[in-house]
Amino acid sequence: MPETTPSTAHQFETLSQQRDADIAGMWIFLATEVMFFGGLIMCYTFARYSYPQVFEAASHRLYVGYGGTNTAILLCSSFTMALAVRAAQMGDRKWLLRLLMATIGLGLAFLTVKGFEYHTDYVEHLVPRLDFRWEGGESPHAELFFWLYFTLTGLHALHVTIGICVLGTMAILAGRGRIGEIPVEIAGLYWHFVDIVWVFLFPLLYLVGHRS
Amino acid sequence: MKNGVPSSRAYVGTFVALMALLGITIMAGYIDLGVLNLPIAMAISLAKTLLIILFFMHVWHGSRLTWVIAGAGFFWLMLLLVLAMTDYRTRTPVAPMPASHVQLP
Repeated sequence: MPETTPSTAHQFETLSQQRDADIAGMWIFLATEVMFFGGLIMCYTFARYSYPQVFEAASHRLYVGYGGTNTAILLCSSFTMALAVRAAQMGDRKWLLRLLMATIGLGLAFLTVKGFEYHTDYVEHLVPRLDFRWEGGESPHAELFFWLYFTLTGLHALHVTIGICVLGTMAILAGRGRIGEIPVEIAGLYWHFVDIVWVFLFPLLYLVGHRS
Repeated sequence: MKNGVPSSRAYVGTFVALMALLGITIMAGYIDLGVLNLPIAMAISLAKTLLIILFFMHVWHGSRLTWVIAGAGFFWLMLLLVLAMTDYRTRTPVAPMPASHVQLP
């Protein structure tokens, strides 16, 4: 298998030192992403604390079927991603390509489900400013819930899209046999992070209070 | 563990645990647990996050620097949420100031 041997950049003593620096750099980026989503989570926390009843009623207008399916899809994609990183570490290019394609496919499946869900939300008049209709009081606060819902899930969907592009690049490079294990591992860290964001968004948006 | 590469069995175990936790979250969402619904949902999400971070993201076998950076991200988020909510929850409403007392610069 034509595998390019990873070379050490001139500022590093050893390959393992370079690897540690690459991984640490990615983790610092992910910490800034926590701050990015954290501000919105803070907005959500305060709004939910201020208007608990209407947030529960608004949350129950979302479909657990869509959100739950998408959580399962992303957890599966994290699994295939972890296996892709493992294939890269073992130098198994065939399986690396297959698993990267599987992860990309699951990412696209997530976006497709999200698209259908947004369409349902639109048909049910739950999109703020686009003929938003709310029965039973506190309409502006219900609209606030849906502003937060679309902002959080929209930004998350943007991250999934970026992740798919990154993994697509990895797949092209892997197809040409020009990739080491570190880029795949770093792309994997990003993908897992996006999964973690959804792991919190799902209960926060779909499971407020309890459903009957 | 061979040459530092984790076994695929560890990944399968993590994945099965994650899917089981997803099932528990959804079930708990349909049970009336009163004020406990939110803390339980968040505890399950935290458990899922730990599984993903420790095993899928390799922090378990990662360098100490990775632990520190990942921990710092989480600590920052807690600072934001806990300190801000402590402020909101303990703030007593102040009566609006009469217009005659407002002095414009």
